[in-house]
Amino acid sequence: MKPNALLVKTLLNNDQLQITLQRLAHQLVENHLSFRDTAIIGIQPRGIYLSNRIAEMVKAIIGKKKIDYGKLDITFYRDDVQTRDIKAPHDTIIPFSIENKSVILIDDVLHTGRTIRSAMDALVDYGRPKNVELLVLVDRRFSRELPIQPDYAGYTVDTIITQKVIVYWNEKDGKDEVVLIDKV
Amino acid sequence: MPLSVKHLLGIKELTPQDIEQIFQTADEFKQVLQRPIKKVPTLRDTTVANIFFENSTRTRLSFELAEKRLGADVVNFSASGSSVSKGETLIDTVNNILAMKVDMVVMRHSASGAPWFLARHIDASIINAGDGTNEHPTQALLDAFSIREKVGSLKGKRIAIIGDIMHSRVALSNIFCLAKLGAEVMVSGPPTLIPKHIHSLGVRVEYNVKKALEWCDVANVLRIQLERQHKPLFSTLREYALFYGVNKQMLDSLKKEIIIMHPGPINRGVEINSDVADSKQSIILDQVENGVAIRMAVIYLLSGRKDLQDSIG
Repeated sequence: MKPNALLVKTLLNNDQLQITLQRLAHQLVENHLSFRDTAIIGIQPRGIYLSNRIAEMVKAIIGKKKIDYGKLDITFYRDDVQTRDIKAPHDTIIPFSIENKSVILIDDVLHTGRTIRSAMDALVDYGRPKNVELLVLVDRRFSRELPIQPDYAGYTVDTIITQKVIVYWNEKDGKDEVVLIDKV
Repeated sequence: MPLSVKHLLGIKELTPQDIEQIFQTADEFKQVLQRPIKKVPTLRDTTVANIFFENSTRTRLSFELAEKRLGADVVNFSASGSSVSKGETLIDTVNNILAMKVDMVVMRHSASGAPWFLARHIDASIINAGDGTNEHPTQALLDAFSIREKVGSLKGKRIAIIGDIMHSRVALSNIFCLAKLGAEVMVSGPPTLIPKHIHSLGVRVEYNVKKALEWCDVANVLRIQLERQHKPLFSTLREYALFYGVNKQMLDSLKKEIIIMHPGPINRGVEINSDVADSKQSIILDQVENGVAIRMAVIYLLSGRKDLQDSIG
C-alpha cells in the first residue's frame, strides 16, 4: 500500500444509520414524553443535520406539529480563538425561552468534549435550563479531554487521535453514512 | 476565514470579500447585542489599548463597548494629560503601552497616515479609528452596514455624500467602501469644500444639494469641520445652512422617500435641520447601534493566530 493512503471503513451504512436515528428519537420520547417542557438544540454547523432529522422524527412519533427546536452557534465561545484560524460564525436561532426547560443538545460526533463545553457556556447565556442532556450520533470513547459524557449515543467507537470520524448527510453530501478514516 | 489584512488601516486595502466577511460576522454580533446577556467570552485572553490623540465620544465609547462585550481587557489613553505633552514620540508612547503586554491597538490621530507609520514599527494589530483627513474605516463599514440593513444589497444603489468633503475622513472611507460594494456615489456641497480631483475616484460631483437629493436613494450628510478649516471657505454658518443645509421642505419636495444618515456629531441647524435628523427617514441612531456590532466583528476577525498573521503580513 502507498504511504499516506487513506483507509476508509464504514461504521454505519445508510440502513443502519436510519435505524439508529429512529432508536435515538424513540429514546428521547421515552424520557421526555410530550416534549412540553423540553427543547432540542442542535450545534452549528455539522450538528444541525442530525438535529433536523431527530426533531422531525420526534414530531412524527408524538404527533405534534411543533416542538421547541433551536440552533446554537458556539464560534464566540471557543477556547482556542488565539491559537487557530479565525472561524466565520453561523446563525444562532433560539426562538423560545429555555428558562426551566429540559434542553437536549445535539451534535454529530463527540470527541474531546471541548465543543460541548463551549455549547454549555453559550447556552446559559440564553437562560437557565432545568437540565441539559447530550445526544450524539457517534461517541469517540477514550479521547475525551474534559469530563463530558453523552446521555444518548447512536454508535460508540474506540479511536486514536490520528483517526477521523466523518458523518455524511444526504442533504449536504449526497449520502447517509458514517465512516472512520485512518491514515496508513 | 481570516481577513486578507493584519491591520485595519483603511478601507482602501480591503477586498470586497473582507467587507462581506465583516458584515456577516457583524450580523451575528448584532444578535448577541439583543440578548439579555450582551457579552461573549471570545477574547478573554486579549488586551486592547484605545489610544486617542484626538477628541471623540461615539467612536471611543463604541470601541470600548465592543471590546468589553467580546470579553477583552481594555486600557484607555488620551493624549491630553499624558506624557505626549512632555514631548514623547508616537512610537515611544505606543511601545511603552505595548511593553505592558497589549495585543491590539485602536488609534485615532490628527496626522493623516499615522496608523500606517505605526504599523511599520510595531507588531500588534492596529485598527485605525480615524487619521487626520484620510480614513475612518470602521465608520464607513458601519455606514454601509446600516444601508445594507435598510435596502439589502448596495449594488447599483445611489448614495450622496453631502457637506464638507474636503476635510472628511468619513467621506473618503465611504467612497472607497461604497465603490467596492458596487454602489454609485455622488459628492455634493460648496465648491470650496470639494477637492478638485475627487472625480478621479469615480464619483459624481454636484454643487446643488437639492439636485443631489433628487438623484440619490441615501443621503449621508457630513459635519462642517471648522476645527480643520484654517482659512475661510464659506462666509458664515448661516449662509451655509441656507444654501447647503438639508431641511424638511427639501425632503418633502422629493418624489420619493430617501434615507438620511449622519456620522455625528451633528451641528443642528447647520448641515442638517432637527426636523430631518429626528424624522422617520433618519437612521442616525441605527448607525450608532450598528457601530458596536461592526467594531466587534473587526476586532474579532483581526484577533486570530498571531504567527499565521505574521506570515501573510
